[in-house]
Parts: sequence; structure tokens; C-alpha cells
Amino acid sequence: MEHPHGLSRIYPVKPADVYLFATCLIDQFAPEAGMDTIRLLEREGITVHFPEGQTCCGQPAYTSGYPEEARAVARLQLDLFPQPWPVVVPSGSCAAMMRHHYPKLFADDPPVLAKAEELAQRIFELTEFLVQVAGFAHPDSGEPCTVALHTSCHARREMGSHETSAALLANLEHVAVVEQARIEECCGFGGTFAIRHPDISEAIVTDKVASLKDSGTRRVVSADCGCLFNILGRAARLDEIAGSPAPTLEGEHIASFLWRRTGGAEQ
Amino acid sequence: MSQPVHFHAAADFADRSLAAVNDAGLRRNFRSAMDYLQTKRRAQFTDDGELELLRDLGQAIRRHALANLPDLLEQLEARLTANGVVVHWAETPAAANAVVLEIAARTDAKRFVKGKSMVSEEVGLNHALEAAGIEALETDMGEYIVQLAGEAPSHIIMPAIHKTRQQIGELFAARLPGVAYTENVDALISIGREVLRRKFAEADIGISGVNFAVAETGTLFLVENEGNGRMCTTVPRIHIAITGIEKVVAKLEHVAALNSLLPRSATGQAVETYQNFITGPRQADELDGPDEVHLILLDNGRSQAYADLQLRATLQCIRCGACMNHCPVYARIGGHAYGTTYPGPIGAIISPHLLGLDAAYPLVFASTLCHACVEVCPVRIPITDILIRLRNEAQARPGSADATLRGSGAGRKTLVSTIWRAWSLVYSRLRLYRLTSWFMSRGRALSPIEQGAWTRSRTPLVPAPKRLRDLIKERGK
Repeated sequence: MEHPHGLSRIYPVKPADVYLFATCLIDQFAPEAGMDTIRLLEREGITVHFPEGQTCCGQPAYTSGYPEEARAVARLQLDLFPQPWPVVVPSGSCAAMMRHHYPKLFADDPPVLAKAEELAQRIFELTEFLVQVAGFAHPDSGEPCTVALHTSCHARREMGSHETSAALLANLEHVAVVEQARIEECCGFGGTFAIRHPDISEAIVTDKVASLKDSGTRRVVSADCGCLFNILGRAARLDEIAGSPAPTLEGEHIASFLWRRTGGAEQ
Repeated sequence: MSQPVHFHAAADFADRSLAAVNDAGLRRNFRSAMDYLQTKRRAQFTDDGELELLRDLGQAIRRHALANLPDLLEQLEARLTANGVVVHWAETPAAANAVVLEIAARTDAKRFVKGKSMVSEEVGLNHALEAAGIEALETDMGEYIVQLAGEAPSHIIMPAIHKTRQQIGELFAARLPGVAYTENVDALISIGREVLRRKFAEADIGISGVNFAVAETGTLFLVENEGNGRMCTTVPRIHIAITGIEKVVAKLEHVAALNSLLPRSATGQAVETYQNFITGPRQADELDGPDEVHLILLDNGRSQAYADLQLRATLQCIRCGACMNHCPVYARIGGHAYGTTYPGPIGAIISPHLLGLDAAYPLVFASTLCHACVEVCPVRIPITDILIRLRNEAQARPGSADATLRGSGAGRKTLVSTIWRAWSLVYSRLRLYRLTSWFMSRGRALSPIEQGAWTRSRTPLVPAPKRLRDLIKERGK
């Protein structure tokens, strides 16, 4: 599989154990996506270890210009993964933070930097891991349906995992992935950007919701909860404004969608 | 007709960007222009391998030039001088304008024609000339349009991209005597050309920018599509070129590599219509060319970027505009909202050096950090990393090690830094995080319906009844 320049990496053989770094958004707001991630990995015969000490990767402070505050949070995560197992992250954005930005964050602190660089090598976004390491190959057992894929900017441009997300969906026999205009464009979330520049963020996400709906489906999946909450929150507000009796756009984490489509428990 | 002085107004970014997102016509203009430019660029780079190799080469050439900047500038000055070009060094916009005014006074020049030059916009040259009673006519069609409208460029390559042809037709009909309304693009261009052609013949001095200044040969390389640049640099008896000190490259062959990236990244053209290699005034045995050629090399804060090994990459820029053409924020608000000479992602990272971070810091937050700019930058400027660094600088405690730039710390707000301190405390103390997140999920019924800026456009975020860590624990039992 082709990767954006500089993102190619060598993948390990399928391990017996992995760590799960579930992200703060999944822990608090979308725990089912985390459970489905565990189920998907366990079905591959992999034991999933969830270090209870995890909180957040620190990205919100890092991108907002508070490096000290980000370091304090990131520092806590560095000690959670003592075994040399892969660390699977069900978010392209948080995975990119740990893989590409931890070494920058600790550049001036050599002992911690060594730790950050070692960990960075073991960070895998979930769909990247399922395709490249676990060899995910389960038949689609769901009813025919259409779906749109939203890949976060960090998944696409820092992890190259937009391709693995797309590959997983393409392998689902009864799922038609729709074409959407400007698929590569940001959804306007941008962490604290959505709060700092609400009007610009609203303009961008409104366009994203429109191009998703125009693509002819009512369902969107993504490997990033930040984008999903932004897109679905805007779609739901637009439904409220329009007085729509039912949601015109629904969505879920790609882990939940995959699990359900490939024989996981009915929801 | 006067252009507003617009480049010290970054502080009004919030108001101007709000006005822009609510301007449906403007939004449509930019969206269709950006879609067009993105498609054109993509069509130029069909071979990913070639593109990535070229970008590596472009980056290496620019980094090499910056790593040897003082030496190359000295060499450039020596070569240009040997070629008969007068080199002027300007630390500030005022100094650059003073050089131009001195030349005008000495030669009794009253009429200027200008080729497209963003550095002349940066120093406010038109205002300085106007104040001295000198007419300076923009001859690039886009620049001519914004000058006629009394506006500033909204894009560094396509200055009038915010206007539709209907708006330009109305502008011409209103401002040009004897011109009737038309929205036919060819007709509009002919009208503009007719006016400009006369002015070239009458002008005393021609102003131009520079795309690359070659140190080994003392060559000023200038590209354009309309032929006006060649007219400005050859017809009047004096040619004054103005550029930033970072535009130097070591060798002539470097121009070829960089120019295989510049037009393809900028307008999606394989090559520009005109490529000018200017190596001095008219020689005794030559028929054409100016009697005098001057080059003004402007610093205006660039040396601050140069002095910092991370921020130096900012100066790699070859001003193609691809970063703004692919920026989701720029596409929504256009160039004027930024309030700076250089808008979009490159504007956000260069303006703090030109204007001070105190004036420009709102711009470094005007990005979702989506990396689209980084992906298309032909010389691989790590724009998002630099934006994050400038955010750190903007909010650094004055006097701390993180505050190293002019105006650092100006964006620090007590309430915001207190919130981040509290956030950091919660997420770096496991017990505190457990407690806080437990309360949030158990108290989910009490989650606020109003969540500030988030719920102005979206439904509220509601915590799940049980956290992932609770579900995992229950499952283990």
C-alpha cells in the first residue's frame, strides 16, 4: 500500500499482545468504540492490555501553544507501556501525536526523549494495525448499505491511515462506500480551533456536512472521534433548526461499524 | 485612488473573518477559485514520485541558500555591482521607500509603472509614492484591478481573485471614462491593456519584484504571464527591483529546479509565459533596456526568522501560494480577512517577523493544523510545526525561555492559561482524572446544554453513562 512521502514504515509480525491507548474522548464520550476496538483485536487472537493509568495524549494543550502543560500530561503516558508490544490507538490524530509529536515535545530532555522515540516506533492507528499487522480478513455479514468515510487530517497526512480505513471498508462485500466531494478537506474541528474561531469552524463543518449528505448516504464512519463529534453535532443542530423529525446524518466509529458488519453482536 | 494601509491590522482578524464567512458572494468566489486552482495543480503533478523528488530538491536548494545566506548575499552584491546594478540594503520599509524616492528625486521621475511585487506591497511603496505626488500604476492585470478598486491584493499570486468578472466589469465601467459594462473576460483584458500600454511608453521608472536572485551570476530572475513585467523592466529608463533578502539562491541551475515547482504549484501552469533573466542595465552595444538598474534588498524582520534554526524554514518560501489555495480557513474567509500583506498559512508564519508577534499573533491561531499546506508546499516548509511554535511564543510568559521573538507573550491571557494549567493538572494526575471523569459520567444528566462556542453551532457533547475504563472493569469480573 502506498504511503504519503515519509510515512512508510516497517510493520512487525502479528503479536500475541498489544496495548490499547483508547484516548480521552473514547474513555469519556464513546466507550463503545473502545470496547469494539478490544473485540476486533481479541478476535484476531491478540490479548489486549489496557493500562489503567492512561488519560490523554496531551494534544489539546500541545496544539494550543501550552507545551509545558502538554508535557506534564504526555509524560504520564510514557511509562504506561513497559513491554515491547505495539500500542494500538483508535484515533489517527492521537496516534499522530504520540508517533510524530512526542519526540518534538521532549526534544530538550534527552532521557525522556529516548523513551518518547522508542514508544513512537510502537504506535499504530487502529485501522493501520488491523490491515498491516493483524491481517484483518472477515466477511461482511450485514445487510446491504451505503456509507461515507471521513478520514481525519492527521490520519491522512501524518499516519497515512486513510488508506487502511478505506481498504477495510472496501473489503465489506455489502457495503457501498460513496464518493464525496472534497474528501481530503478538514472538517473544521482542529481541537481548540472550533472554540477559538467558532464562525470559521462552523463554516467549514457546515460544508463538510453538506458534502457528506450530497454524497447520497446518511451514514458516516471515521476512525477519529473528534471529527465525528464535530460533524454529527453540527448535523444534529442543523436538523433541529430545520425541524427534521429524524436525523439526516448518523455516524459511528469505524471500529463499531466493522465489528457489527463482520459478525459482532447486534446493536 | 488610494489603497488602504492594511498590514498592521491583524488584531481585527476576528471581526473581519466573521464578516467574510457571512458574505455568501465572497465565499462562492473563493470556493470556486480554490477548487479550480487545486484541480489545476493536481493535473500538473500526476507522478507522485517525481513530485516528491522535486520537493526534496526544492527544499535542499532553499535550505542550502539560507545556510549560506550572509556569504551568498555578499556574492550577489559583488556580482550585481560588477554587472552594473546598484544594490541598496534596506532594514525597514521606510528605508526601502526612501531609496526609491531618492532615485525619483535625483532623476526627476514623476511616472512609475509597477510589475507585480508583494514586497512593494509589504513596504507600502504606493502610499509613499503617492504622498510624494508620484503616480504609480500597477500593470499586472490583477493588481491593476485592485488598485482601481482602492483595495489590497487578496492573494499573493492572484490579487483580484476575490472578484467575479461581473464585479470587474462594473468596476471598469464606473472608473474608466468611456468604458461600457461588459463581463466578457477577453474584452475586459483588452480594456485594461489599452490603458496600460500607453502608460508603459510614458513611464520614467519601472518597479518589479524578484523571484530568485542568483548569487553566482548576479542575475535577477522574474516570472510573469502578461508581459507587463518585461515592459516594466525594459521600457522605462530606470528599473528598480525590490525583494526580500531570503530570495537569493547560489547557482543559476537552482533556478531551473525551483521554477519546475513554482508555476505548477502556484497556478497549475507547466511554465510561465515570460521568464526574465535580468543581468544589468543596457550595454553600449545593446538596443534595449534601462539606463539604470537598482536592486533593493529588504530585511524587515526576516533576520529574526533567520536567527532561529526552526523558524528559518519560513524563509524557504518561494511565494507560490499553494498553501493558501489548499487552506480550508483561507477558502472560507479570503485574503483580506487576514489584514496582512501575505495571507493564508505562509502569511501566518511570516507576518510575526515583519510586524511583531504582538500585532500578528491572532493569525497563528487561524489554522486547524490540518496539514494541507504542509502536504502541498513545494519546498517542504513545516508550516504546522512553525504555527505551533509561534502559538507557544505568543502565549509564553514574558521573560521565560519560550519568549524569544519581538512581541512574544502578547497573546497570553490569564484566564486561558489558568484553564490550561487546570486541564494539565487533571490529566496528569491519575486520581484527579479518575475522579473528574467519574463525576462527569455519573452526572451526565447535569451536563450543560450550553457549552460555549461548541453549542453555538452543534448539539451538546454528553458523557457516556459509563467510561471505557468502567466497562473494561465490569467485563473482567
